[in-house]
Amino acid sequence: MTDAALPLRSGRPPVRRTSTMVFLVALAAFAVLVTVLAGADMISTSFVKLLGKTLCLALAAVAMDVVWGYTGILSLGHMAFFGLGGYAIGMWLMWARTEAIVASNLAASALPPTPGELREGIGGQIFGVVGSSDIPLIWSFAHSLPLQLAMVVLVPGLLALVFGWLAFRSRVTGVYLSILTQAMTLALSLYLFQNDTGLRGNNGLSGLQNIPGFPAASQAQISIAFFWASALALALGYLLFAWVVSGRMGSVLRAVRDDEARVRFLGYHVESFKLFAFTLTAVVTGIAGALYYPQAGIINPGEVAPIASIYLAVWVAIGGRGRLYGAAIGAIAVSLVSNWFTSGGAPDLDLGVYEIRWTEWWLVLLGVSFVLVTLLAPKGLGGLVDLWTQRRRGPARRAAYGPDTGAKRPEEGAE
Amino acid sequence: MTLLEVDGISVSFDGFQAINGLSFAIGEPELRAVIGPNGAGKTTFMDIVTGKTRPDSGRVLWGETNRNILGQSESAIARLGIGRKFQKPTVFEDQTVRENLAMALKDRRGPFSVLFGLPADEGRLLDFAEEVGLAAQLDRLAGELSHGQKQWLEIGMLLAQEPRLLLVDEPAAGMTPAEREHTTDLLKRLARRHAVVVVEHDMDFVRRLDCRVTVLHEGRVLAEGSLDHVTQNQDVIDVYLGR
Ligand SMILES: Nc1ncnc2c1ncn2[C@@H]1O[C@H](COP(=O)(O)OP(=O)(O)O)[C@@H](O)[C@H]1O
Ligand SMILES: [Mg+2]
Repeated sequence: MTDAALPLRSGRPPVRRTSTMVFLVALAAFAVLVTVLAGADMISTSFVKLLGKTLCLALAAVAMDVVWGYTGILSLGHMAFFGLGGYAIGMWLMWARTEAIVASNLAASALPPTPGELREGIGGQIFGVVGSSDIPLIWSFAHSLPLQLAMVVLVPGLLALVFGWLAFRSRVTGVYLSILTQAMTLALSLYLFQNDTGLRGNNGLSGLQNIPGFPAASQAQISIAFFWASALALALGYLLFAWVVSGRMGSVLRAVRDDEARVRFLGYHVESFKLFAFTLTAVVTGIAGALYYPQAGIINPGEVAPIASIYLAVWVAIGGRGRLYGAAIGAIAVSLVSNWFTSGGAPDLDLGVYEIRWTEWWLVLLGVSFVLVTLLAPKGLGGLVDLWTQRRRGPARRAAYGPDTGAKRPEEGAE
Repeated sequence: MTLLEVDGISVSFDGFQAINGLSFAIGEPELRAVIGPNGAGKTTFMDIVTGKTRPDSGRVLWGETNRNILGQSESAIARLGIGRKFQKPTVFEDQTVRENLAMALKDRRGPFSVLFGLPADEGRLLDFAEEVGLAAQLDRLAGELSHGQKQWLEIGMLLAQEPRLLLVDEPAAGMTPAEREHTTDLLKRLARRHAVVVVEHDMDFVRRLDCRVTVLHEGRVLAEGSLDHVTQNQDVIDVYLGR
């Protein structure tokens, strides 16, 4: 029992405080380890980038857990916010780098280039692939890093605010809301696919791995810097969400998940709380995307295709929704394993009559794992932590998480 | 003073007239028992007052200004000071008794007030927990409580909201005789300062409340007055007591 350990005036149970500390310490140790291994050339730059990207995905998953696992909104559109964050930072990266290239090209000519010539050059370089050299209106701020950083927050935030307001106000819930979020991310990806929307259509934005202003920096240095930035973002995001889901806010969010009608009769405006969770997590997901795509080097409309958001939900489900570290572990484990399978790391399995090539069969394996976890271990990978802490503490009384489990949880806890 | 006045409301579900020109008024303070056979529309009446169900016609007037509150959201109505205990106890089973009570405590309800506000006042929380006999259970999950304890927790949550009008739907269901007595005492004490509407089937319970009684039948008020008065009413005997 944790009862005895609870101080009288307590907003958050000690269990969660402990798990936050353990998570942050483990993350710090991991970051140091990766830095040392990279410094000793024991892991490649591309592997460091893979790990950095994975931390960004983990941050998106933690946000997804808050909106789904805690608040009960199964958003299947959060990767739209991730992509928007990536596009917002990508525009500046591409602009600033192109500007430097064009300027150095023009410097060779006799007369110093006018601002107009410079813009024309940049326009031709960036938009030549879509048969244009005009600079679209949405690139108005692309020259300015602070403004594009603001866009990283504002664009996902505003989209989530408007979409959420419309959806929650009309009390769309459950599977209908999930479908609506899928429609949102599909619409965004179709919009971006068009050549005339000003974001280079299916070419997307590329060359994002080159960081303007640091011409001398090697990719090895840049990869470590972004890895650390990603780890820091994950740590801060984790702390933010651990705070949000503790205390009375966490209580109300979980209550909204379990019985939103009842919450209304307590005087809480449920839609505002959903909008709060939806928008805050969208903003954090946008920031995660802004850190991810410079490490990926390229972003295109396929990144916000509906399937991407479904993967995000699968990671959280496999990791164990309703606990932040579960979501992070799920995203890290599944995306790394996925990478191993799809990049040919897994040896093909020759069954004699048929050869299983993992690059093709990995998705099937992932689907089967998802179904198995949902049916057999709804607590996901995070449930393994329970097994361990229970052995240390004796049978735990605190219930398993889960909106759809019945009231008889103490019995289940002893499983 | 009249706190709540329900004026000529009607509602039908798929052609079935569940509430049929119902009018009702309660003062502050006042204790009122509402009785009536199953399906009389007692719960639906509470649904309308609390904003859960929109009536087809009629008005619901509230407070000193006699403002029509029809059309307001459930949460806005709750914040006006109308609290409700459901027929089937609905507490948040995945959360502790403490968390359930803390959520109900009268306080600012906006997301940012909730996020940045101080933790629940332990003293107040304990008062309400003691009132409903759950002070020793504060850190247990609500889902582990017995049916009777859940009833008490929900009553505690209702008290913690400090509403002006309490709508209490069948509080005694699943309670022991001693608990029923405690409940009637509690309701009578509350009614010294608040408006309290109690829906109950159990006649002994209603008798112990010793208050004005409204008899509902087929969505209408059939009779109103003291328990002795209404139980002698021939209509009431026919449709309800005489069955
Ligand atoms: N949402 C609803 N949809 C359809 N019928 C309903 C609904 N709510 C209540 N009713 C019907 O209205 C009648 C009154 O129900 P209710 O108010 O629950 O009665 P009571 O609480 O007095 O037993 C019942 O016949 C019930 O079936
Ligand atoms: Mg009823």
